[in-house]
Amino acid sequence: MKPFAYVKPADVEAALHAAATEPGAKFLGGGTNLVDLMREGIEQPQTVVDVTGLPFDTVEDLPDGGLRIGALVRNSALAADPRVRDRYPVLSQALLSGASGQLRNMATVGGNLLQRTRCLYFYDTTSACNKREPGSGCDALDGFNRSCAILGVSDSCIATHPSDMCVALAALDAVVEVRGTGGTRRVPVTDLHRLPGDTPEIETDLAPGELITAVELPPAPADSRYRKVRDRASYAFALVSVAAALEVSDGTVTLARLALGGIAPKPWRAREAERLLTGGPADEAAFRRAAEAELAAASVRDGNAFKTSLATATIVATLRELSQEGAVR
Amino acid sequence: MKVNGDVAALDVEPWVSLLDALRERLGVTGPKKGCDQGACGACTVLADGVRINSCLALAVQYDGQEITTIEGVDHPLQEAFVRNDGLQCGYCTSGQICSAIGMLAEHAAGMPSAAGGSGALTEDEVRERMSGNLCRCGAYNGIVDAIMEVAR
Ligand SMILES: Cc1cc2nc3c(=O)[nH]c(=O)nc-3n(C[C@H](O)[C@H](O)[C@H](O)COP(=O)(O)OP(=O)(O)OC[C@H]3O[C@@H](n4cnc5c(N)ncnc54)[C@H](O)[C@@H]3O)c2cc1C
Ligand code: SF4
Ligand code: FES
Ligand code: FES
Repeated sequence: MKPFAYVKPADVEAALHAAATEPGAKFLGGGTNLVDLMREGIEQPQTVVDVTGLPFDTVEDLPDGGLRIGALVRNSALAADPRVRDRYPVLSQALLSGASGQLRNMATVGGNLLQRTRCLYFYDTTSACNKREPGSGCDALDGFNRSCAILGVSDSCIATHPSDMCVALAALDAVVEVRGTGGTRRVPVTDLHRLPGDTPEIETDLAPGELITAVELPPAPADSRYRKVRDRASYAFALVSVAAALEVSDGTVTLARLALGGIAPKPWRAREAERLLTGGPADEAAFRRAAEAELAAASVRDGNAFKTSLATATIVATLRELSQEGAVR
Repeated sequence: MKVNGDVAALDVEPWVSLLDALRERLGVTGPKKGCDQGACGACTVLADGVRINSCLALAVQYDGQEITTIEGVDHPLQEAFVRNDGLQCGYCTSGQICSAIGMLAEHAAGMPSAAGGSGALTEDEVRERMSGNLCRCGAYNGIVDAIMEVAR
């Protein structure tokens, strides 16, 4: 690993100051992604600002019935929080389907939001990768692209965002609170990550030195679910995942929230499908029409063409499950 | 930090992982380096009782904490692993046992899992909760049997 300086500020002002003034500074949460990437030489910060000493490690109720989650809450603690399990099951399930028990004990909410892609060529420093080295090309386009994205891609990058948690947050309309030296701002989680376009190296809406301090959830939908499809039963990234919430009244869908993972460079909110579902019948044919409409824009490669039908089937299965359980109110 | 009950005063560069600090600086070689990227669990240790992958941990982040490796473990799981053939080559075993100790504590504290719940520990539950520990020898059945024996 390339040598770097390490600081562990005790308050947020000191953390923001360090990030703004130290050259090549990077925040460190649980380290499960950054330490790995530093060891591979893909990330080479000159200064690491450890934020785990900051007081953002609690989950609090909001007056409107929502929840405020500190950016340093560990993934395991958030998954186990009784309010999350009870009111936002999709979030608890998404967290528990990610990584391993050990990694979830280390990983923070802020780090999970900003974890980088697992594209094989991004990790392999001998390959061409526009994200790692802008302008060098993309070996995934005609390479081993089984895990790559089919929606929101560009000719310069087809990598997925690998997080499970973020897919649930996208379906829940979560808002990310961000602090910089200039003050605090709030970004809908669906606007936090960017599509690659011609600049896949720019992945988020954050300015250098901006710190994620919290994630806020609005009041929960009636019932929600996370379903993840992968190459082995546990401890693998998603090929396709679906976060969904559904409310049905007299056989008619009154609320539909749908987000997809494993198929796009960012947690993918399926707004077209939601539009078609809302006000329509809660039956299998309608679920399938909505899923197919969302995936109509898919742009596939040799290795990942299977994701279109896999995603369609997974969406239908998740909505069917929700429509058959407690969601009818 | 404290390692297996003893105070260890360590002066390490910030880029030294907890795993390397334990193995290379302190001679505590129970935790193994399988992948060095969080993917195998051979390096699992307990930090203040919580299981973590020491290969992705910077030693400096664990300043002041109590680290337990297999050398500091005295637990019925150890005998149970032997009785149930929970190992072949033994490379993954120190990580399996530290992970299982952390896992049983998580389960007792009500931590849910993707296998369904936080109720009684079933075999499926053990497999899901222990999925962060790979075994190249495929001793999984023995590992699960050993953990189930102790959990009962
Ligand atoms: C073997 C393995 C399997 C995995 N499987 C899965 C999986 O199936 N599903 C899944 O979703 N994830 C999976 N992960 C990824 C894991 O979830 C992430 O590594 C983890 O969530 C990152 O959190 P962290 O706190 O460790 O981040 P860090 O590694 O500390 O940081 C990650 C990034 O976020 C930045 N950062 C951290 N905190 C903040 C903050 N508060 N504000 C601004 N920037 C910040 C850092 O600068 C860095 O760029 C896996 C990881 C491994 C190693
Ligand atoms: S898909 Fe993106 S991350 Fe993967 S090699 Fe191409 S440019 Fe790099
Ligand atoms: S060596 Fe740490 S998980 Fe493999
Ligand atoms: S006993 Fe050989 S790797 Fe598990």
